[in-house]
Amino acid sequence: MNACCTERLWLDQIQIALTGRELLAVDATIAPGEVLTVMGPSGSGKSTLLAYIAGFLDPAFTASGGVWLGERDLLNLPAEERGIGLLFQDPLLFPHLSVEGNVCFGLPRRIKNKRQQVTNALEQVGLAGFEERDPATLSGGQKARVALMRLLLSKPQAVLMDEPFSKLDTALRQEMRSLVFSQLRDAGLPALLVTHDHADANAAGGQVIALG
Amino acid sequence: MLRLAPAMIIALLVLPVGAGLMMVILPAFGYLPALGGHGISLTPWHMLFAQPGLGRSVAVSFASGLVSTAIALMMVVLFLAASRGTWLDRGIRRLVSPLLAVPHAAVAFGFAFLIAPSGLVARLVSPSLTGWERPPDALIVNDPWGVSLMAGLVLKEVPFLLLMSLAALPQLAPEKCLMLARSLGYAPTVAWLKTVLPSLYPLIRLPVYAVIAYATSVVDMAMILGPTLPPTLSVSILSWFNDPDISRRFMASAAAVLQLGVTLAALLSWWLLEQLTRLLARNWLTNGSRQQGEIMLRRVGRSALLMSSTTALAALVGLGLFSVAGFWRFPELLPQMLTLDHWQRSGPMLVTPLLNTALIGLISTTLATALVLATLENEHRQHLQPKRALWLLYLPLLVPQIAFLFGLIVAAESLSIRPQLSLVIAGHLLFVLPYVYLSLAEAYRRLDPRWLQVARSLGVSRHAAFWRVRLPLLLAPLLTAFAVGLAISIGQYLPTQLLGAGRVTTVTTEAVALAAGSNRRLIGVWALMQAVLPLIGFMLALAIPRLLSAQRREFAT
Repeated sequence: MNACCTERLWLDQIQIALTGRELLAVDATIAPGEVLTVMGPSGSGKSTLLAYIAGFLDPAFTASGGVWLGERDLLNLPAEERGIGLLFQDPLLFPHLSVEGNVCFGLPRRIKNKRQQVTNALEQVGLAGFEERDPATLSGGQKARVALMRLLLSKPQAVLMDEPFSKLDTALRQEMRSLVFSQLRDAGLPALLVTHDHADANAAGGQVIALG
Repeated sequence: MLRLAPAMIIALLVLPVGAGLMMVILPAFGYLPALGGHGISLTPWHMLFAQPGLGRSVAVSFASGLVSTAIALMMVVLFLAASRGTWLDRGIRRLVSPLLAVPHAAVAFGFAFLIAPSGLVARLVSPSLTGWERPPDALIVNDPWGVSLMAGLVLKEVPFLLLMSLAALPQLAPEKCLMLARSLGYAPTVAWLKTVLPSLYPLIRLPVYAVIAYATSVVDMAMILGPTLPPTLSVSILSWFNDPDISRRFMASAAAVLQLGVTLAALLSWWLLEQLTRLLARNWLTNGSRQQGEIMLRRVGRSALLMSSTTALAALVGLGLFSVAGFWRFPELLPQMLTLDHWQRSGPMLVTPLLNTALIGLISTTLATALVLATLENEHRQHLQPKRALWLLYLPLLVPQIAFLFGLIVAAESLSIRPQLSLVIAGHLLFVLPYVYLSLAEAYRRLDPRWLQVARSLGVSRHAAFWRVRLPLLLAPLLTAFAVGLAISIGQYLPTQLLGAGRVTTVTTEAVALAAGSNRRLIGVWALMQAVLPLIGFMLALAIPRLLSAQRREFAT
């Protein structure tokens, strides 16, 4: 899609500590279209790393190090201007909006053909005609796909994923993995995946950092 | 703006209470230049202690507060211990908020209609069991010891304490404690009392204290159910303040200070009781008895709350019956004829009070909700821990209304603010605010932070995320909090009566004013009106979110 204009995500010697105890240290560069996997047991601070990069770190933590997208320093920007998309283990579709409303929520404000874009995106993931549906009536896999399209249409510059496949059953997990990773690759987005599942890391096919 | 919200809430709660107390304490010692009191003296106190029956008034106020709270708390605790997962549990949970919504005065009237010598209970058992062909000549309502007042208070306190407990319970994970205790051989009710209650009580302690403070100083319920010669201290104070003889204002102020002392003494006694219970329970908690008393506790726990809820419901039915009763000879259980006369005659008189009630309720609740939302959003954005200032929220609920509202009027008048509608609204805000906060805060803090993170990662600002994500997701608890606020406002008697100088009439002030007369049919109309209004609010709060989600689901084919 926009592979031409995406840039690398540079995690410059990030260190995060809680009450003086160091939780994690990461230093890595993620090229456009690449997925960096961070693995570790629960409590190793994987999600904290994502919160730091995305701009939601709880002030109880102390963190140092830089987050750069190309030449832009992200740490000085509020969360909504960082251009970082999030994918959680729950799809978190807003229950008060329809499927279309959810996808439109992420679309930049001043673009034309919003409806057309939504229709195309839903078609692309096999959900044609689902615009007016209430998210509560979708299956787990359908919700996950809507969440993915909502993320991609918001035109992020990088993507962070927090165990995005852990709540899906095995068959669906395979399918979602290949869908998510191929979409990210096509869009040329640098992505960071935290997980404790080795199969996720293998499917992502990029570098792997082990924590904890 | 947002950062100012917590300070504004605290100022809004603390300043009026503080100023009100100050302007009651000063005249209690003879100082009130506006009424010619320029020096400090003990004359008001000498006058007060010379009043006949003062000791009795104080004793009834003190005792009714402690006894009713103790009974209500025991009923709630035993119910929770004994009824987990039963049909009774589910039924009562559904009933609890509507019952909480019914104002004190309406419950009091309905209860009086039940237990009066010519009331529904006497009719039910007459003449078959009692042989009464005419109402017995007994003083049941307004009995000199305040027993019917205590019973009425219990009816209203039970739903409040139950709701507070139900809100606090989930964070204790009671199911796990129970499972563990039962696997160690404890019977279910005993297991709950030994494992869940000790950690539940600290969480509902402030609400319990608020109940004690309320019950020791209640005015409207005491006017309807309480003793008359002498009445409770709070009712006496009201009549002294309203006495045309201005010099009685000083004595009334002294009495208001005495009321504060009575409430404090009741709270202190409760605290001592807490310590005593803790001491006595320490051994019981670990003595290993697993079954003893189980059957008795279970029976009491289930039946007591069932009885109080049924009584409250029957009281409402009674109100409805009296409001449409035509000719009704004594031992007959039902009226010989039904009529809408009382409603038709009250219709035109209902208009102004209804409008006032709606106006005061809607404005004060809207203001309160906005302030509470601002405070909670600020707390969320600044990552603040909530605990510290929480007890300040309870200030208007812990200080007896009668002890500071008169002072508040004096303070307002010295700023040349006359009693009027806007002052009534401000006064209601004082009591609505804590309840709106208490019913909304938990849901607000529990909302998964990832919702807002997703919204902001999609490029939506904090401000927009608040309106477009948080508020819609919190619609149901928000509407419930609004309904709670409305119910509290609708039920306020004393603030409306005093801050409006009797000129701002609401359904509650009008209903209580009828207490002195004895037209039960008219009382039935007004009290029923008073009971129905908050229920409408609760029904809307339940229906609107369902309606909206049903609308969305229509497309789900």
